[in-house]
Amino acid sequence: MDIIVCIKQVPGTTNVEVDPLTGVLIRDGVESKLNPYDLFALELAMQLNAADGGQTSVISMGPPQAGAVVREAIFMGAVGGKVVSDRRFAGADVLATSYTLSQGLRKMADFDLLICGKQTTDGDTGQVGAEIAEFLGLPHIGNVLAVEEIKNREIVVKVNLDSSIVRQKLPLPCLICTDGDINTPRLPSYRRKKEFNEASLVFISLEDFDDKDESHYGLSGSPTQVERIFPPEKNQEKQMFHGSGTELAANVYALLHEQKFVD
Amino acid sequence: MAYKKIDAADIRFLRNIAGAEYLFYGEQISEDYSHDELGGIKNYPEVLIKVRSTEDIAAIMHYANQERIPVVVRGSGTGLVGAAVALEGGIMLETTLMNRILELDEENLTITVEPGVLLMELAEFAQAHGFLYPPDPGEKSATIGGNISTNAGGMRAVKYGVTRDYVRGLTVVLPNGEIVELGGKVVKNSSGYSLKDLLIGSEGTLGIVTKAILKLLPLPNRSISLLMPFPTMDAALETVPKIVKAKATPTALEYFSRQCILFAEDYLGKKFPDKSSDAYLLLTFDGSSPETVENEYQAVADLCLENGALDVYIIDTEERKDSVWSARGAFLEAIKSSTTEMDECDVVVTRNKVADFIKYTHKLEHFFNMRMPSYGHAGDGNFHVYLCRDDLSESEWREKLSEVFKLMYAKASELGGLVSGEHGIGYAKKSYMAEQYGEELMKLMRGIKAVFDPHNILNPGKVCQ
Repeated sequence: MDIIVCIKQVPGTTNVEVDPLTGVLIRDGVESKLNPYDLFALELAMQLNAADGGQTSVISMGPPQAGAVVREAIFMGAVGGKVVSDRRFAGADVLATSYTLSQGLRKMADFDLLICGKQTTDGDTGQVGAEIAEFLGLPHIGNVLAVEEIKNREIVVKVNLDSSIVRQKLPLPCLICTDGDINTPRLPSYRRKKEFNEASLVFISLEDFDDKDESHYGLSGSPTQVERIFPPEKNQEKQMFHGSGTELAANVYALLHEQKFVD
Repeated sequence: MAYKKIDAADIRFLRNIAGAEYLFYGEQISEDYSHDELGGIKNYPEVLIKVRSTEDIAAIMHYANQERIPVVVRGSGTGLVGAAVALEGGIMLETTLMNRILELDEENLTITVEPGVLLMELAEFAQAHGFLYPPDPGEKSATIGGNISTNAGGMRAVKYGVTRDYVRGLTVVLPNGEIVELGGKVVKNSSGYSLKDLLIGSEGTLGIVTKAILKLLPLPNRSISLLMPFPTMDAALETVPKIVKAKATPTALEYFSRQCILFAEDYLGKKFPDKSSDAYLLLTFDGSSPETVENEYQAVADLCLENGALDVYIIDTEERKDSVWSARGAFLEAIKSSTTEMDECDVVVTRNKVADFIKYTHKLEHFFNMRMPSYGHAGDGNFHVYLCRDDLSESEWREKLSEVFKLMYAKASELGGLVSGEHGIGYAKKSYMAEQYGEELMKLMRGIKAVFDPHNILNPGKVCQ
């Protein structure tokens, strides 16, 4: 099964500062990394390849330096990847980003399955996956915990809904978004890093797309106007239980059950 | 020597000093305080006091010394050799309420702490202020007082050294209740015998540390770990001296087997990123810039590939570090939960003899038909071999344990090694140390103990007694 995973380069730390005047994230001098949620998607893709054959490639939208995360995906086992990069894509909101990626994906080789992560650690919208699927006319589902079966051009997935876990069958090709922490992503290989061939990294721009209308991309293709960006409140709430051992155990169990850590 | 049993008058006196809510006796003392994490020995103190100040400790010691009541000090109770077990009953002083970070002196690069500060709290505080407290034992919930008492080592010892290298000064309550200051913030010190260094590693037998001035380093900006699978243990361990010889300076150089990974996965309920091989080396490099770290690690990575490493996996983000190092940090607990009871051997041998020693333990494993998973700080020659009881009867277990330990320590000695690299002697390893050191050295140690503690009331029956 041939798989494409959508990945993004994000700031390497969760403590990114916001410029108080412009409300823009200060990215200068901040190291970047591959979005941690995308690593679960990549790992799932490679596990599916190991079980069922096929190969995984990746796509990423961003400035030219986003090539670093595509390279990293290749060090982890992807066969190649495309960087969708063009000044005219800058300032894209969720809709324009999804549209741009959908155009880029039309330029990739045929695939059976598209996998996105749950969300990014910088934008945090969690909507790009679903919107790409809409633009490509593909069936899609989010919060996937596991792929349980692939048979007769159909895929059965286990999905985490807030109050329950459901099993869902989708026809291929389709798009799935993985939930967080569903596996332990493999590590990038130094051997693969040494063997890496620049040719497996391809940059594409607006000129390569079917839709070359500039107004559909970047800031001009973005109906959302961002008024203000501010860092999220830090949540370090502590819950204290008091009582007998039995009461404490019941409280802890109820909490773990509610969070779906135990059945 | 007969010690005084604690009576109602003693309790009244101690309660007055410590405060009623901080003193526990008889049935009020939790079972936890009767043992440490592994020492194989169990006994309750008669009184447990959660101490809150140097002055209270001094007053208690003054009284105990006068009344001939034995005293044992305990931190988090994470020791592994029974050093903090109240063999003779008496008073146990628990230091976890003395857990304040008193001062960060950025001009002298020191931090002053109370003994109950946990290692993880100290490390986090230092890091948040741009500093590194290098000693990094696996047990992060240990107190710094406990770390000083055992001269704890840990995973960064190969580059940065051990706890002793980072203790500048100590405030100590002597067994007679006198308060003394040893060392200080000074960098150099040639002023007489280094009593500070004698206190470090004395396992609570010479004095009670109530304040410590520790040395900090500037926090390296960048650190990268490498996980290297090797086809066999031999291939992995034989590469270690080659890394040392290549003049590389990794911050950590750890060895573990696939078996340890499987135990950790079970214990943590979390998968490890790779378990395709039988043997692994885990290295860390740190430095001031990504380029310097990368240059250094590439040379070692290439060397390891030439020496049979199947691959070299790069661990460069917090998430990746967590997925690997959380498992490494859990090995001891994970192995413990895989068996009914266990004991451990914490030998240190010269670095080029590590492979010989571990091979020898494998021979013993087969000969005695006893499970002995091991892992260790390959880079500094300090290994932890765990003897698992599994379904052996109590008598079989005791008998085999004693034979295996004797053979292991004899082998370690033959390889230029010592009984304990970092966990200490405490109660459990006394006989093995005495055997290796011989009477002359033991006499010196007992003499030192007698000078500090003529009535032998502080942690009696430990280390050299």
